[in-house]
Amino acid sequence: MKKYILDLRVVAVEHPREGYALLKLTNDEGTLPEMVPGQFVEVKVDKADGVFLRRPISINRICREANELWLLVHAVGEGTRTLYNIQAGDTLNCVLPLGNGFTTTHPAGNKVLLVGGGVGTAPLLAYGEYLKERGVHPSFLLGGRSAKDLLQLDLFEQVGPVYITTEDASLGEKGFVTQHSVLEAEHFDAISTCGPKPMMMAVARYAHAKGITCEASLENLMACGLGACLCCVEKNHEGHNVCVCKEGPVFNTEQLQWQN
Amino acid sequence: MAKLGVNIGKLSLKNPVMTASGTFGYGLEFADFINLNDLGGFIVKGTTLNPREGNDYPRMAETPSGMLNCVGLQNKGVDHFCKEIYPQLEHLDTNVIVNVSGSTLEDYVECASRINALPHVPAIELNISCPNVKAGGMAFGVTPEGAASVVKAVRQAYDKTLIVKLSPNVTSIADIAKAVEAEGADSVSLINTLMGMSIDIERRKSRLSIGTGGLSGPCVKPVALRMVWQVTQAVNIPIVGLGGIMNATDAIEFIMAGATAIEIGTANFIDPAVTIKVVNGINEWLDNHGVKDVNEIVGCLKV
Repeated sequence: MKKYILDLRVVAVEHPREGYALLKLTNDEGTLPEMVPGQFVEVKVDKADGVFLRRPISINRICREANELWLLVHAVGEGTRTLYNIQAGDTLNCVLPLGNGFTTTHPAGNKVLLVGGGVGTAPLLAYGEYLKERGVHPSFLLGGRSAKDLLQLDLFEQVGPVYITTEDASLGEKGFVTQHSVLEAEHFDAISTCGPKPMMMAVARYAHAKGITCEASLENLMACGLGACLCCVEKNHEGHNVCVCKEGPVFNTEQLQWQN
Repeated sequence: MAKLGVNIGKLSLKNPVMTASGTFGYGLEFADFINLNDLGGFIVKGTTLNPREGNDYPRMAETPSGMLNCVGLQNKGVDHFCKEIYPQLEHLDTNVIVNVSGSTLEDYVECASRINALPHVPAIELNISCPNVKAGGMAFGVTPEGAASVVKAVRQAYDKTLIVKLSPNVTSIADIAKAVEAEGADSVSLINTLMGMSIDIERRKSRLSIGTGGLSGPCVKPVALRMVWQVTQAVNIPIVGLGGIMNATDAIEFIMAGATAIEIGTANFIDPAVTIKVVNGINEWLDNHGVKDVNEIVGCLKV
């Protein structure tokens, strides 16, 4: 998929919760490039103290009719705090689309479970919509420490059934996503997951034990996003270092050293 | 349009702008953003005789105006380059230069001689300055004797343009440059990264898996410029300058300090099209200042 460097205009900024910003971007020069859920964008952060590198942000939603690309940003450091404070009308310099997205070949009628934690739920919205448009049935299993960590629930509910766990029992079932009763009650043909690494590893172990295909979207620290700097590596099943930005960020979890 | 062509040894560059090893992949990663043929040349990632996995993750830490890395020369080995990568590059109308690294004299020589057999690779950049590999590269690059020994051995096995990449982690870079010039190097490129550290105080741990890493980006530019200027006065071979170049102004500073050509490294991560902007910016500056040929300003610095 061809990559571009584009100045995208911020159409609107929403703050779904304290510390999170939803940036709705458009391309005034033409239609947004071809891209698939699971791919990401390297965003240039201007006027931020100590910030030198771009910030990789996953694609939250692709709205073709509105020619909009949504990015969900969690303000955790100086770079993302600066993005959090972006205003409508500002421009963001973006390199996109980067990496390989989620599986696009599930047959219609299959049931796919999308498991997310924290801001890692962001790309699952785009992916759920993508699957639904193609006759695949997505369900969402979303986890957080507390109800306030779960974002965009109204949008997820428009796409498929939503199952929730929170560690403090403030919403859904108490505990971790891998403890949710839906995992015993229903059968899924495949699982895709994005969120904190320990959560994804637990999901991968569950899928492995059940013999279900599982893919995970990683967010290792990276510089270039293009496979040039070799900083964002993860060990694959053969023990070789592979770039998350180029070979991933989405990996079949059987291709990683996550089973032990 | 000013004349932008420069020569490094037997190598002719259509303009002075190249890319730094390890920041530009095999060039192909950037082909969506720029026409690779518009570059003076590009230097592909560090290549060793045998495949190397490199260091463990994490390998990168952002710093004020730069970054640290400890990749550790991850590459699939020289034979992989010759068989899988070279066929994708040989048709290009630019100089494809291979950065050759090693940990023993024999490895350097064998790797260089296999690259010597590739007709469309007109030069190598000998990396005797990688700070992220034990007993590799920098072990040779930090003394004049060590540097001379590698260059002498490789010179006998390699008859095309030999550029030697120097480490800034030394007491006198000029002495090392003189030593490699005496052994037949056609050019020196400088600087490689400066060794540094970054610490996560909450975890009381280094942000890099091996503790230290190489610092690059605009934060190293003043050091790099100073070293280019010092080496300019010490040797007669052409110099390739690098270290934190982000734009045409930076590039022209290096040229005025004495660099015949320059390499752009870390800036490729921030703007994948920066190289072409630097080529155009140099040309524009020369035109605006009535300079007909970029060679006129090489080393023109008056202190």
